Amino acid sequence: MAGILEQSGASPGDRVSVDAGRVHVGTLMPGYGGQEAVVLKLDSGYNVGIGAGRIKSVEVLERAPEAPEARPKAAPRGGLARVLLISTGGTIASRVDYRTGAVTPALDAAGIYEHVPELGGVADVRTLDLFSKHSEDMVPGDWLEIAREVRRGARDHEGVIIAHGTDTMHYTSAFLSFALAGLPVPVALVGAQRSPDRASSDAAENLLGAARLVTGCGTNGIYVVMHAGQDDGEVSCHAGTRVRKNHTSARGAFETVGGPPAFTVKGGAVTRRIGGYFRPGPFEPRISLSEDVALVKCHPGYSAEAFGRAAEGAKAVIMEGTGLGHAGENLLPAVREARRAGAFVGMTSQCIAGRTNMNVYGSGRRLQEAGAVSLRDMLPETALVKAMWAAGTGDVGGLMLEKIASEFSD
Amino acid sequence: MATVGLEIHQQLDTGRKLFCPCGYDDSPEYTESFRRRLRAASGETGKTDRAALFEESKRAEFEYRASASSSCAVERDEEPPREPDGAAVESALLIAGALRSDVFEQIHPMRKTVVDGSNTSGFQRTMLVAEGGSVEAGGRIPIQSVCLEEDAARRIGGGAYGLERLGVPLVEIATAPFEAEPGRTRQVALALGRLLRATGRVRRGIGTIRQDVNVSVGGAVVEVKGVQQLDQLEKVVRFESARQRGLLEISGMVRKSGWARGEWADASSALAGSRSEVVSAALGGGKAVLGARFAGMAGVFGHCPAPDVRLGRDVAEVARAMGLGGVLHSDELPGHGIAQKEKDAVAGLLGLQEGDAFVLIAAGEGAARAAAEAVTARVEQIRDAGVPADTRLATPAGQTRFMRPRPGAARMYPETDVGVIVPTAAQMRAAQEGRSVSWEGAIAALRKAGLNAQLAEQVFDSGRAGVFGRLCRIDGVEPNYAASVVCSTVTGLERRGLDVSRLGDGELVSVFEALGAGSIPKESVEQVLEKIMGGAGAASAVEAASSGSLGGQELKDSIAAILAENEELASRGERAAGPLMGKVMARLRGRAPGDKISKIVQEMLKKKDAV
Repeated sequence: MAGILEQSGASPGDRVSVDAGRVHVGTLMPGYGGQEAVVLKLDSGYNVGIGAGRIKSVEVLERAPEAPEARPKAAPRGGLARVLLISTGGTIASRVDYRTGAVTPALDAAGIYEHVPELGGVADVRTLDLFSKHSEDMVPGDWLEIAREVRRGARDHEGVIIAHGTDTMHYTSAFLSFALAGLPVPVALVGAQRSPDRASSDAAENLLGAARLVTGCGTNGIYVVMHAGQDDGEVSCHAGTRVRKNHTSARGAFETVGGPPAFTVKGGAVTRRIGGYFRPGPFEPRISLSEDVALVKCHPGYSAEAFGRAAEGAKAVIMEGTGLGHAGENLLPAVREARRAGAFVGMTSQCIAGRTNMNVYGSGRRLQEAGAVSLRDMLPETALVKAMWAAGTGDVGGLMLEKIASEFSD
Repeated sequence: MATVGLEIHQQLDTGRKLFCPCGYDDSPEYTESFRRRLRAASGETGKTDRAALFEESKRAEFEYRASASSSCAVERDEEPPREPDGAAVESALLIAGALRSDVFEQIHPMRKTVVDGSNTSGFQRTMLVAEGGSVEAGGRIPIQSVCLEEDAARRIGGGAYGLERLGVPLVEIATAPFEAEPGRTRQVALALGRLLRATGRVRRGIGTIRQDVNVSVGGAVVEVKGVQQLDQLEKVVRFESARQRGLLEISGMVRKSGWARGEWADASSALAGSRSEVVSAALGGGKAVLGARFAGMAGVFGHCPAPDVRLGRDVAEVARAMGLGGVLHSDELPGHGIAQKEKDAVAGLLGLQEGDAFVLIAAGEGAARAAAEAVTARVEQIRDAGVPADTRLATPAGQTRFMRPRPGAARMYPETDVGVIVPTAAQMRAAQEGRSVSWEGAIAALRKAGLNAQLAEQVFDSGRAGVFGRLCRIDGVEPNYAASVVCSTVTGLERRGLDVSRLGDGELVSVFEALGAGSIPKESVEQVLEKIMGGAGAASAVEAASSGSLGGQELKDSIAAILAENEELASRGERAAGPLMGKVMARLRGRAPGDKISKIVQEMLKKKDAV
C-alpha cells in the first residue's frame, strides 16, 4: 500500500481520488486504519477504510489547505482576578489533530477562552504549559515541578488552576497539600471525564467551577474540582487530602471520603460546606520527597516474603489493612523486621470509608506491638504520598501523625 | 420538477443496543432523571458545524429520563461505549448486500455532532458500511450509502428526552437524487421498506422506520426530517417544491429592491399602549421591541407566491426555532392588534420612505438582538442564495418548518472510544447472502404455499411472513385460512385496541398447533387471539377454549336440547334448518366447529321429517 501512496505523492490532508473499482474522492487521513487500508474522509464527513488490495491508483486532486479557520477569539473583560492556569495534560487538555496525527495542547490562553467563553467574565487567566502527560504517566518528580511552579505563580496571581489527568489527580493534590501547606492563595486541580472535543464534555463546567472557586472562595487550600454527579450545573471542590476517584468513567467520579466536599459551585455561586478545613497557619513550603516508600495491600494469602521484598530499603511502609486495620498474623515477623530496619509502618484500611482502630481486636493489638501505627482515617493513597513527602522532609514518624492538611479528622 | 433523495432509517431487530447490552423497551417506567448542557465542539478538521453552533446559540439545558430496563451508564454518557454488536454489523452488511452495495474493508465508527439534546453525548455514533448499489422501484434508483448507526433519544412530555430508544441500532439508506414525478417518492420508499422487511432483520411497528427526504428545485438541498407515513411523503415533497420555487421568486424581489442590511432600533416608544398581545406582553414584561427598516421591500414580506409561503413567515420560523416568538412585518399591519397610527409611528421612528418595509421583533433585550441578527442574515441568505440549505421538520399536514441550518461535513469526528471494525468472514458472507434477498422472492415463496398474489402481499406487509411459513407446515392448517388470520383477524383485533405486541410468533404457533390437533375449533381462534392480545398467556387461552369445546355425544345432546326447546320450529323439519342453526350457533359458537354443528342439526331434522 505504501507503494501506491508513495507513487502518487499523496500526504495526509490532501484531497485525493482513489480508484478501487469504484472511484472514491475525499481527504486522505493519517493511517490510523493500519497498513491494510487507505483511510479517506469523504465529502459527507464519514471516514472509510478502502482495502489496499483493491486499490488500482491514487491521484492527488488538491494539496492540503493551510491551518483551519479559527473561531473569533474571546478575551477577558477588565478588572478581573489574575489566575494562573498550569496545564499538565490529561483528558481536559487532549485534542488529537488528525491532519498531522499530533496531540495539540489545547490550553493556550486563546484556546481556553475560545472553548469556555464564560471564563472571560470570571478571571483574567494566564497560562503555563508545563507538560503534556496522561496522569498515569506522572511520577513523583513531576509533583515537585508542579509544586515549584504553583509556589512561583502564587506570588503574582490570586489563584492557581492546574489542568490534570484524572487518574492520579488525587495523588498530586495530596502532595501539593503537604508540600505547600499554608500557601496563601487557593489552588484547584481540575480534570475532565469526557474530553473537550465532544459536546457533552464536563471540561468547560469543571474549569469554570475551578475559576469561580479560586476567585470566590475567600480562603486558601488545595482542592480537586470536578462534577458533583451525573447532572451538569454543580461542581464539588474536594479537599486535596480527602478525595478519591471512585468511578472509572462517571462525571461524579471524585468524592470526598467521610464528609461533604469543602465547597460546591452551583449557578455561579461558591458555597462553603464545611468550616475550618485548612489551618490558616504560616506558609512553610517544604517541596521535597523520597520515593523509598511502599504501599502494600493485605489480602488473604499475602505472604511475609512479599511484604519483606516491598519493605526492603523502604523508609516507610503504608499497609492497606482489612477492616479496622488488620493483617494476617503471618505478617507480624515481617512488620517487626521492617521496623528493625528503621522503616515507619503505618496502617490504613482498604475499606476506604471509616477510621482504623487497632485496639478492638487482638490482631490490631499484636500489629501495634510489632510496631505498626494507626493512621486513623487517612486514605491509603494520601498516606502513601504523605509518607513520600515526610521521608524527603524529616522525621517520618513525627510528621505522619501531625495533621498538616486535614488528611485525618480529629 | 424537483429532485428528491430519500433517507430511510430502519431499526434492526437484534434485540439489543448497538454499543451496550441493554434491550429494547418501547414504554419504560422511568426511574431516574438528570440534566445536561451541550456545547458545540469543533470537528476533526478544526471547523465547528454551523448547525451545532445554531443549536448551541439557544443555550438550552436538557432533561433526560432513564429506566434500568432499557438503558445504562453508556446511554447516560457516564461510561464509554462497549464493543459494537456483531449481530447488528452482520444485519447491516446483509442489507447492504440486498441493495448490491459495495462493503468497505474497514468500517470507521464516527461521531456525528447533534447538539439538539437528542443524544446525551452530543453526537450520534454512525459508520458508513457500504456505498453504491440500487433499488428497483419502477426503474433503477441508485443507492448512495448504507450506514449503521444508533438511534437517538425520544422526546417525551415536558421537553424531556427518554433514553429507551437511544442506542437502538439503525440502518440508514440514502438514495441518490431522483426526479420527483408524482407518486415516485412514495414508490421508492415503499420498495426500500419492503426490501428491508424481506431481509427478516428489521423491527416492525410504529416508529421503527422513519424517512427523511432531501428536496431541491435547483438551488440548495433542503433536508426534511421526521416523515412518519408514506402518504405524508408526497405532500411534503409537493409543499417543499412549491416553497422553494416561491423563495426563488422572493429572492429575485429582494435583489430588485436593492435592500442592504441596516441597524435595528428600539421601537418600544412608538408602540406604548398598543393593544397587540405580542407587543404588550413584551413591553409589560420589561422586554423590548426592536424594529428595522427594510428599504425598498414594501410588499415583499407579505408576497405569497404559493399557499403558506411568504418571506414574513420564513423569518418568523427562524426566530421561533431559536425559541423566540413575536416577529411582525409592515405588510401585515395594521393588524395583530397594531393600529394604523402605531404603524405610522414606527415608520416615522425608523425613517421609512415610500416603498420601504419594516420588521418588528418583541423579546428580551439580548434575545431580541440575537433574533434581529438571525432575521437580517436570513433575508441576506435568501437574497444571495435563493433557497437556504435548511434542515426542516415535516408537519403532520405535510408542510415543512425550519429547524436549523443543514449540517455539513464539519459535524463528523472519529469515535476514538471504539476501534476500527474489520468485518469478519461470517459478516462478509452475510453480505453475499443478502444479494439473493428480494421482495419478489419473498412474495414468490408465499405464493408457492398456495396464496393468491394479493394475499401473499398482505401476509408479507403484515411482517409475519416468517411465522406464516411455520404455520403452513402444521398438519391440518390450511394456508389461506392462516393468511386470513394473520392479516385480517389480527388487524381487526388491533383496531379494537388490543395489544398486538403480546402476540409473538410463538403465540401464533401455539394457537395453530391446537387448531391443527383439533383441540380448538376454527370458531374459537379469534377469541383465543383476543385473550392473548388482552394479556393472557397462549397456553391458558388455548386451554380455556378447548375445555369449553364439546365432544361428539355431548355436542349431540346439547343440540338435541336446543331443538327440544324450539319444538314448534323443529317440527317443520329441514325447512327450519336456517333459523334453527341461528339459535344453535348463538349458544354453541366457539365450542364446536360450525360445519359439524350444521351437519348434526341437518341429520336431526331429517330424522324428524322421517318420523
